[in-house]
Amino acid sequence: MQRRTLLTTAAMGLGLSMVGRAAFAQDKLKVGFIYVGPIGDGGWTFQHDQGRLALEAALGDKIETVYQESVPEGADSERVLTQMALSGCKIIFTTSFGYMDATNAVAAKFPDVMFEHATGFKRDSANVSTYNARFYEGRAVMGTIAGRMTKSNKIGYIGSFPIPEVIQGINSSFIHAKKVNPDVSISVVWAYTWFDPAKEADAAKALIEQGVDVILAHTDSTAVLAEAAKTPGVIGFGQASDMAEYKPSPRVSSIIDNWGPYYIERVQALLDGTYAQKDTWAGIGGGEVKIGEITDAVPAEVKAEAEALAASIADGSYHPFTGPLNKQDGSVWLAEGERADDGTLSGLNFYVEGIVGDIPK
Amino acid sequence: MVRLEKRPSPSRFWTMATPVVAVALTMIAGGIMFALLGKNPVEAIRTIFWDPLFNEQFASYSRPQLLVKAGPLILIAVGLSLGFRAGIWNIGAEGQYIIGAICGAAVGLAFYPVEAWYVFPLMVIAGGLGGWAWAMIPAILRTRFATNEILVSLLLVYVAQAILASMALGALRNPEGGGFPGSRNLSQYPAAANPELIAGTGMHWGVVAAFIAVIAAYVLLHRHMLGFSIRLAGQAPRAARFAGVNPDRLVLLCMGLSGGLAGLAGLFEVAGPAGQISIDFGSGYGFTAIIVAFLGRLNPVGILLAGLLMALTYIGGELAQFMLGLPSAAIQAFQGMLLFFLLAVDLFSNYRLRFGKREAV
Repeated sequence: MQRRTLLTTAAMGLGLSMVGRAAFAQDKLKVGFIYVGPIGDGGWTFQHDQGRLALEAALGDKIETVYQESVPEGADSERVLTQMALSGCKIIFTTSFGYMDATNAVAAKFPDVMFEHATGFKRDSANVSTYNARFYEGRAVMGTIAGRMTKSNKIGYIGSFPIPEVIQGINSSFIHAKKVNPDVSISVVWAYTWFDPAKEADAAKALIEQGVDVILAHTDSTAVLAEAAKTPGVIGFGQASDMAEYKPSPRVSSIIDNWGPYYIERVQALLDGTYAQKDTWAGIGGGEVKIGEITDAVPAEVKAEAEALAASIADGSYHPFTGPLNKQDGSVWLAEGERADDGTLSGLNFYVEGIVGDIPK
Repeated sequence: MVRLEKRPSPSRFWTMATPVVAVALTMIAGGIMFALLGKNPVEAIRTIFWDPLFNEQFASYSRPQLLVKAGPLILIAVGLSLGFRAGIWNIGAEGQYIIGAICGAAVGLAFYPVEAWYVFPLMVIAGGLGGWAWAMIPAILRTRFATNEILVSLLLVYVAQAILASMALGALRNPEGGGFPGSRNLSQYPAAANPELIAGTGMHWGVVAAFIAVIAAYVLLHRHMLGFSIRLAGQAPRAARFAGVNPDRLVLLCMGLSGGLAGLAGLFEVAGPAGQISIDFGSGYGFTAIIVAFLGRLNPVGILLAGLLMALTYIGGELAQFMLGLPSAAIQAFQGMLLFFLLAVDLFSNYRLRFGKREAV
């Protein structure tokens, strides 16, 4: 009885607005995005949303975009994806690793809708593509700055989840810090979240208390830099986004994810009818990873060294994982001059020699 | 001068009218908020309350999803309402929900990959027992040492969350998960899965259990001696004692029942919609269920309706986010308004407004 009354009221109140909706023309291509954090996180999600806005700016007359923020990685994401597909989205970008199962499950039910999963590796049906960026290239540059800048010889790394993408970042940071500063050590703290400013700040605090004076983070918010700003002498880097509001220090440089060109390319292909399933993994050279301005807090010669490294990665003359490199247990990983192949990297589950601590198993 | 005067008995009219008035007030206040955000308020409210039920594009999907979302809420809330009626405050249903899910999932994973009919029933038993055992801690502490069950059960939620995280990272982690925390996907392991029973209805065993719980609680409260004891203990504890109700026994029973039902809800969720034990598996159903229990006036049928209404605001809220680009915080504020108005208007069931001066006593 109560429920019926309730629905009737709702129906009376809203019935009028239904008139004239049905005629709404659907000639624009509808593009959907789901985000793991709020678009105002200032990092990962913000940067994906910048990509969406770039897409709108480029193809705005032919497309329409919709997005949903703060979608938990789990049962809820499957529902959101299904509703997006039902609402007429023809291509949907799912922008967090944890959406992998949901993306593939929903894609199987909607063969006519294209799904693009960021940082994943499962492409169970023909309409699922994956895309990622070689963040470890940016980490090599940050690692170099970190190794040069640390006075305590202790750098810290806030990991989100112990997945290959994050382990690449830790290894790359450490290898390049060590290269310029043989005394350096790295402490890793696992936050087990992508976006939780309180937890991220706690992790940063714990590292600073251990004497760490350079912090790298693999989480999504600006909380780590906000925490670093409280202690003079501690520096960090913008992660995923430029985080320019923390310039010139503690943010001395940044890794910027630049998704716009990829989004434009894929949606354009769908419009043109040339769209095909693929797995994309571009880096500094492809423009998907950018190095943010290195501020004056960094000495000029360090800045020049970092920029030279970025340039050599961009033109392909240098690969951040080039031998001789040993695994943590001392066994040989890469021989002199040997470069890591993408297969190994995308399943990377070990630290390189010199890193203390275990990857949570 | 305006003042409130207690009614001799609750008003039947207001008991019926409360939900309708509250929904109407929420629509007005929410509409103003949406208008301030620059959205069409009528369209926003229609998207939240009407589209999930009647929109031709979504309804066939979102109607069943209402059951999926409402199922665990109703199952937990029915259990809680029994204790609440007797003045036994189990605030830790979220913890019992998590422990039930862990125990049930552990049993299922222990059998992996055995395909046998008995796996799922064993998981159900383990899930119920797990929730029951977790609720027994505050129950026994109260009966033996007169501790406060509100505090103990609430604090045990945080213990349960820590156990959940360690299980997702350790004992129950998927050995083929590529380093990402979380168990194997139980919904992809047929013997342990809790699938949709009839395709396209959203009906899974958890929803069935919720309906059974509603009926059983109704019969218990209205036709059974134990139900009488529960109601008596809540309304007149001294009278209950004289009538031979053993308060300790009642505490153990009510806590055990609510814990067991919460554990079952967790198991059905982990084997079905959620699919796996993950760090953020506990999505707050246990806390939301407290609201649902009170929204439904601790009445089993009321809880059924309240659970469905809560589910509607969740699903409609998601739709409104990506259809209209409303921020997720606005949707949460809208849900908050609904609860606020429901509780505020509910005042008129027990009180009436009096104008004029207080009469001399």
